[in-house]
Amino acid sequence: MIRVKLREDYSNLIFYLSPLVAVALTLFFGSFIFLILDLSPIESFKIFFMSPISNSYGISELFVKATPLAIIALGLSYCFKNNIYNIGAEGQLTMGAIFGGGIGLLFNDSTSVFLLPLMILFGAIGGAFWATIPAILKTKFNTNEILTSLMLTYVALFILDYFVVGPWKDPAGYGLPKSMPFPDAGRLPVLFDGLRVHIGAYFAIIICFITYIVYNKTLFGFKLKVSGLSSKASQYAGFKYKNLIFYTFIISGACAGLAGLFEVSGPIGLLYRDISPNYGFTAIIVAFLGRLNPIGIILSSLLIALTYLGAEDAQLFLKIPSAVGFVFQGLVLFFLLGTDFLNKYRVSIE
Amino acid sequence: MQSIVEFKNIYKSYPGVLANDDVSFKIKEQTIHAILGENGAGKSTLVKILYGHVTPDSGEILINSDLAMINSPSNAKNLGINMVFQHFSLFESLTVAENLILGMNEKIPLSKLKEKSKTICDKYGFNLNLNSPISSLSVGQRQSVEIVRSLLNNPKILIMDEPTSVLTPDEISKLFKIIKKLVKDGLTVIFISHKLEEIINLSDYVTIMRNGKVISTISTQNEDPETLGYKMLGYKVSKAKQISGINFSQEIFRIKNLSTLSKDPFTINLNQIDLNLKKGQIFGIAGVAGNGQKELMEILLNENDYEFSGDIFFKDSNINNLSTFQRKSLSISYVTEERLGHSAVPEMSLSENIFLSMNHKSEFKKGDFINFEKINSFANDVIKNFNVDTPSYNVKAGKLSGGNLQKFIIGREIMSNPELLILSQPTWGIDAGSEAFIKQTIIELSQKGVSIIIISHDLDELLEVCHKISVLYEGSLSRPLNVENINITKLGKYMGGLFD
Repeated sequence: MIRVKLREDYSNLIFYLSPLVAVALTLFFGSFIFLILDLSPIESFKIFFMSPISNSYGISELFVKATPLAIIALGLSYCFKNNIYNIGAEGQLTMGAIFGGGIGLLFNDSTSVFLLPLMILFGAIGGAFWATIPAILKTKFNTNEILTSLMLTYVALFILDYFVVGPWKDPAGYGLPKSMPFPDAGRLPVLFDGLRVHIGAYFAIIICFITYIVYNKTLFGFKLKVSGLSSKASQYAGFKYKNLIFYTFIISGACAGLAGLFEVSGPIGLLYRDISPNYGFTAIIVAFLGRLNPIGIILSSLLIALTYLGAEDAQLFLKIPSAVGFVFQGLVLFFLLGTDFLNKYRVSIE
Repeated sequence: MQSIVEFKNIYKSYPGVLANDDVSFKIKEQTIHAILGENGAGKSTLVKILYGHVTPDSGEILINSDLAMINSPSNAKNLGINMVFQHFSLFESLTVAENLILGMNEKIPLSKLKEKSKTICDKYGFNLNLNSPISSLSVGQRQSVEIVRSLLNNPKILIMDEPTSVLTPDEISKLFKIIKKLVKDGLTVIFISHKLEEIINLSDYVTIMRNGKVISTISTQNEDPETLGYKMLGYKVSKAKQISGINFSQEIFRIKNLSTLSKDPFTINLNQIDLNLKKGQIFGIAGVAGNGQKELMEILLNENDYEFSGDIFFKDSNINNLSTFQRKSLSISYVTEERLGHSAVPEMSLSENIFLSMNHKSEFKKGDFINFEKINSFANDVIKNFNVDTPSYNVKAGKLSGGNLQKFIIGREIMSNPELLILSQPTWGIDAGSEAFIKQTIIELSQKGVSIIIISHDLDELLEVCHKISVLYEGSLSRPLNVENINITKLGKYMGGLFD
């Protein structure tokens, strides 16, 4: 019989080290995947993890991918800390892109310096709006936020679909499902000429800093911590859990919406169907791999961004499908959950 | 008489504690053998080892002088060892007979089992209807079901873990009669308790344990509560004494006609509760657990907008609809029954646990920011003033012993300067030293003019510190009795539901 027992000497140090253990295990088991594919693991890892960042272009691309992941994951950490499982960030990202991008298309001949800030604002509002729906359903009808936020993701994707094949289709776009490009005033400034890394990266760092302050110094952060650890203690302290649900959903939705707007007004420059390679879902892994800690999330977003880049290079040079990147993301999550479980419980076979 | 059980050099350690440290003693056949010790002395661990529930690190158990390998409860049952736990394991929605048959090792038809159970009930005076569902039974009756279930296995040895903690005084004396009769008929009873008088009244021998070690095994014949208490603790504990003969005048808190109408079959509905508390008075709410204490506490705290009719007044203003936060701001403080996960978060530091309860106080905040410096120094004051044994305020609350954490929590609430302090089970499960300290602190607090309500199952504790005591029985609150000239028989009757 397999017996699972709660550990009394649950280690905090191991809690923070376990992401490293998970990454090490991922590399170890990942090498078997390469072996099965008849590839040398060491060479493959070089192509997967080293070559993508061996030049300035590659490093810029790393930040391009890490920026949305970090921003979304930072937002999600508010929900997850509060034991609210918003897994609909992909939909909130899409809604942010529709709202903010919509402003860009509405004023498509504008040259005003206020256009971009307005788009950013509407991006955040769009995402927050979409996240409010599961929050209302949860607080009023006690529905499961995991289901509602996930389902709303598909609704958001269909709404985007409708706009880019319908009213917002570029008349000069040869009938392709995409909008016309945003005006220059609605494009996110890049940090270096010729590279795609944009000012969204600054936003990620600012949000990280604010989040760090909120978690460690403010009453709101304290409320999140208590509610996440014990709902009864949170009631004892007199905190209103329903309000916390709203605030955390709105924050995480706004962050996802911001990330969506940055994608379309940054690297992409217009609206079309596939604006996000599942950033909203991958950010869940980023948040947990970073232990819901703002600085940890920045680090883990860089690592996971690397799996995106590595997958592209692997496709190019190793002739293996880019889905291998998702396999690695999945492995990291799997091993992280595994190490967390084993840190919390002792398993013995009798 | 030969010894039926012999413990030989039993060791058992858990992370951080040695629960049993070289435990050796003998239990004579056909006796009532008590094991006495404070919470955490190792008595529960020891009997769980005897019952096969816990495996010792080393040591031997001899049953009738033969080495016994007891590695599971069913193994123990085959050797004639049965145990009645402190927490019952009964299925609420099944009947008594159905619960009894579920505990049987051998296959037996229900009709035959009923017959057998009825014989046992009649012989020993258990008042049980075999066809009633468990959910309709009182706590005392549930315990009877557990005992009958054990007796059906024809045990040689019956272990009872703190059996009196859930009973009224009347039920306790009935239980003792039953136990004495069982022993006369050949059973050996191992009785665990930390109540000194009970042990002297009931048992023949007592083994005293302290910090996992056996202090001594003696006959109870020449002992009185004081000598036994000294042996248990290793030091003298002075009893707290409430001052009598005070005239209280100013009313602080009043509950008027409070009733609930919940349809949930697993909650107790409160029935027209009236309570009147004066400034500086300590009011005790006695009663066996599960008679509405939880529900009453929930309404007093108002954590979940529990629905009720009637009114609650604090200093002449109606506080029915005020939230927990607002009530705390009015200087009403609470200490809940559950320490970990309710009035303290185990994973958080002591400082953070100060702020948990004090987040309504502006002195600990700078706008939306937390003023940790002030909180830390406040935590230090609590630790100092209330003798909390901890190296620092950064220690996680879960690392403190029960008694230390309770001193910290009560200290925290007292230092928030309440006018009304509501305590639920303030000394439950903590060491005698902390218990005495807390009782003394509560009494001193009342003398400073703070009004206090204590909800407790521990009658001795209430008699020691309260001015007035009412009994909660099935959701109704009895008339208050003055502790000064209290009629214990009447109190016992109240606890059994016989109000006048």
